[in-house]
Amino acid sequence: MDLADIISGDQRLAVVRQPIAHDSAVKHVTGQAAYIDDMREPTGTLHLAPGYAPIAAGRVTALDLEPILKAPGVVAVLTAEDIPGHNDISPKEVGDDPAITPERVNFYGQVLFCVIAETRMEARRAVKLARIATAPSMPVIDVDDALVANTTVLPEYAFVRGDPIVEIPQAPREITGEFRIGGQEHFYLEGQIALAIPGEDGDMYVHSSTQHPTEVQHVVAHALAVHDNAVTVEIRRMGGGFGGKESQATQWAVLAALAARKTGRPCKLRLDRDDDMIMTGKRHDFRVDYNVGIGKDGVIRALDVTLAARCGHSEDLSLGVIDRTMFHADNSYFYPTCRILTRRMRTNTVSNTAFRGFGGPQGMLFAERMMDHIAYVTGKDPLEVRKANFYSGSGRDRTPYGMRVEDNILHELVGELERTSEYWDRRKALAEFNAASPVLKKGLALTPVKFGISFTLIQLNQAGALVHLYRDGSISLNHGGTEMGQGLFIKVAQVVAEEFGVGIDKVKITATSTALVPNTSPTAASSGTDLNAQAALVACRQIKERLFDFIQETWNVGRDRVQFRDDRVIVGNREMKLGELATAAYEARVQLSAAGYYKTPKITWDRAKANGRPFYYFAYGAACSEVTVDTMTGEMRVDRVDIRHDVGKSLNPAIDIGQIEGGFVQGMGWLTGEELVWDSAGRLRTHAPSTYKIPTASDVPADFRVALHESGGNREDSIYRSKAVGEPPLMLAISVFSAITDAIASLKPAVMPRLDAPATPEAIMRAIRATTGGDM
Amino acid sequence: MAEVKLTVNGKRVTRHVPDETLLVEFLREELRLTGTHVGCDTSQCGACTVHVDGMAVKSCTMLAASASGSEVTTIEGLANGGLHPMQKAFNDNHGLQCGFCTPGMIMTAVDMVRRYKASGERLDEEAIRHELEGNICRCTGYHNIVKSIQQAAGEM
Repeated sequence: MDLADIISGDQRLAVVRQPIAHDSAVKHVTGQAAYIDDMREPTGTLHLAPGYAPIAAGRVTALDLEPILKAPGVVAVLTAEDIPGHNDISPKEVGDDPAITPERVNFYGQVLFCVIAETRMEARRAVKLARIATAPSMPVIDVDDALVANTTVLPEYAFVRGDPIVEIPQAPREITGEFRIGGQEHFYLEGQIALAIPGEDGDMYVHSSTQHPTEVQHVVAHALAVHDNAVTVEIRRMGGGFGGKESQATQWAVLAALAARKTGRPCKLRLDRDDDMIMTGKRHDFRVDYNVGIGKDGVIRALDVTLAARCGHSEDLSLGVIDRTMFHADNSYFYPTCRILTRRMRTNTVSNTAFRGFGGPQGMLFAERMMDHIAYVTGKDPLEVRKANFYSGSGRDRTPYGMRVEDNILHELVGELERTSEYWDRRKALAEFNAASPVLKKGLALTPVKFGISFTLIQLNQAGALVHLYRDGSISLNHGGTEMGQGLFIKVAQVVAEEFGVGIDKVKITATSTALVPNTSPTAASSGTDLNAQAALVACRQIKERLFDFIQETWNVGRDRVQFRDDRVIVGNREMKLGELATAAYEARVQLSAAGYYKTPKITWDRAKANGRPFYYFAYGAACSEVTVDTMTGEMRVDRVDIRHDVGKSLNPAIDIGQIEGGFVQGMGWLTGEELVWDSAGRLRTHAPSTYKIPTASDVPADFRVALHESGGNREDSIYRSKAVGEPPLMLAISVFSAITDAIASLKPAVMPRLDAPATPEAIMRAIRATTGGDM
Repeated sequence: MAEVKLTVNGKRVTRHVPDETLLVEFLREELRLTGTHVGCDTSQCGACTVHVDGMAVKSCTMLAASASGSEVTTIEGLANGGLHPMQKAFNDNHGLQCGFCTPGMIMTAVDMVRRYKASGERLDEEAIRHELEGNICRCTGYHNIVKSIQQAAGEM
């Protein structure tokens, strides 16, 4: 389809592209939307509470559970010996992550046993009665420890182009830097939860707050030693996911299912918030070391960077996550010669996992920090350095992993934002402000985002949907994607309503279930709409094909004279309700149900050769942030944010803008206030929102200007030429981090402030002292 | 065991519950009013906010027994059929995503608007943002929540 056709074709769209509210909005505002903990429990439901290791490394030498069994309400205690099948919750089934550890302890918070009691409170009280004897060993806590101990979960991996070791010293200028990137707690408002209900023949029905029902199904089946077909996993909605329920919802579902198997009764496990924060993985934190050779123009000639990640005690999703750090270590910039090396460090901490951006934000933060570094030591404006290094035409359009950037709109998008944010006027005004203000210093930064869309594990780029047309013209919609608040369900329903020409109220959205659509991929990688809406479209078209044939046979009207619109079907000169057509077709024995299937075209990836086209397309965006830093206290305020973001041609602009605003604020939290602290014994000291600072409404700038970039739409044939929007906006918040760097850099020309992320007041003060050498 | 007598959403209820029963447990488990959510268990996130005698209270930190004798309003009882202006505003302005924080957010917002109206103080955007410090939303970035409250404040 030509892009002009898409635009003119849009005039005919009735449901798609409309800013329709979230499908559950009315239920949310009235308290009627049921999350798993809100569902009426089956009679006799028991409650679980996990008991966990009080050491970070070592062995359990004795575990006395007798006092627990005598406690009020306790029915049983689940231990590793109760697991009939595999004691492993690792997503790739590599056997490194037990559901209940039998003896060896790999992190503080690892599950040792699980109390099953009549009430949740009884279970939680009884947990404390366990007598645990341990033989601790010296834990490896952070990246530095692990680099010394040389403990890894996976081999190192690199993208290499040319020979940077030779090229860097030959460049006119060489720059060396090192900095730290912090992790991030998901803090989904609804904590981890699962309810398992035993059925006949060893069947298990599991309600799990998960982004990946199929994986929960597999892992539960393996733990119970039953076939996949004995386990059904259902999720209607999550109270937030953000990647934290991609692989790490599994353990709680497995424990609930094991307890249900052991007791023969329904079992529910809802983690207490502190336990949730202690026992589930987070965004990976990094140490980054780089060495870059640049020309006098500030353009990169050659780069060598090593990114070392804290993966935690097991592999989990670290292969894909850290690979994506590499895929985005270029962000928007061409590196003619480079080595991007990653090290995946094993530590005695909870296993880090997926988090919105899936490693990409850390790679991108490195790229932007390097741009700032080049700018400050060469005395150029950071925006000029960024633009000079952008991917551009032939010869400067190939990524370090061999993919050509074919859909580059960086220049126009950034150019537009540069204009609408009045970057250069404000740059001047800021310099004047700073010259006159000895304590408060302002900073400004405009940073781009280029984010690759597709799972880099190619097999995950497939989806299924199930659509039924009933005889009254109502439609039932099911697909493999899960709803966590991002608006996936409404977007897919809009596509289905558009196909049948009916209002959105005619489409019944149903809970995701492994029994309805099997072998699904996680709802992750921003791919939910791209994949599931396409699959739903295919299902609708299959039903419509049969209806077209039926119409041809019955009324001798060709499909070119059939239209589905305005809650009617126009058949030549006739007009009928969809229900009338469906009834007539049913009576003529036409199948009105279809399973749709979609797989993303064009994508390839050869990991061994580090070459291919892993992404169907890129999503672009840019943000300009202004901050004020108090150089006496390290306090920081974001004064204004201008965002321009590319969503192709939006399926639902209200939902998309919500993703952009929410993603930005979540990214800002990651880079400013949210700081995870483990002590030397490996205990997480920030395990509640009292000590871990989630952004609140007053942290968000009132002057927050968000615009969708009106491009001609996705150049690839995505659903209605839209683009994925779940993750990319998070990285727009890097502009805040760069603006803070800019404010500190104003203190001393030609010095790159040594600022680590998150830029807490303490980190800002450290950077100020390092920059001024204690002059202030 | 404590005898707890409450008027919840206009209906009188009496239950005998363990002394340590939290108000949120009483509402969710005894009365099946599950619109009031538990987010953080420690009165930080505000998802459990309800009104006790007209004031916003985090029901995960109050004992049901301490509330005995009070009038409690939950998200389910905010409107008499239809939507309260605050509920409508959150719907109109896309002031929600995953929806888990929404009931608590709305209960806080209603209390906020009423207090400011009663005192005659101006509820400007800065005041709204300050007042929302006890309610965490992890999805929206708050922008549409603030807009929702501004709209409803003009209609309440």
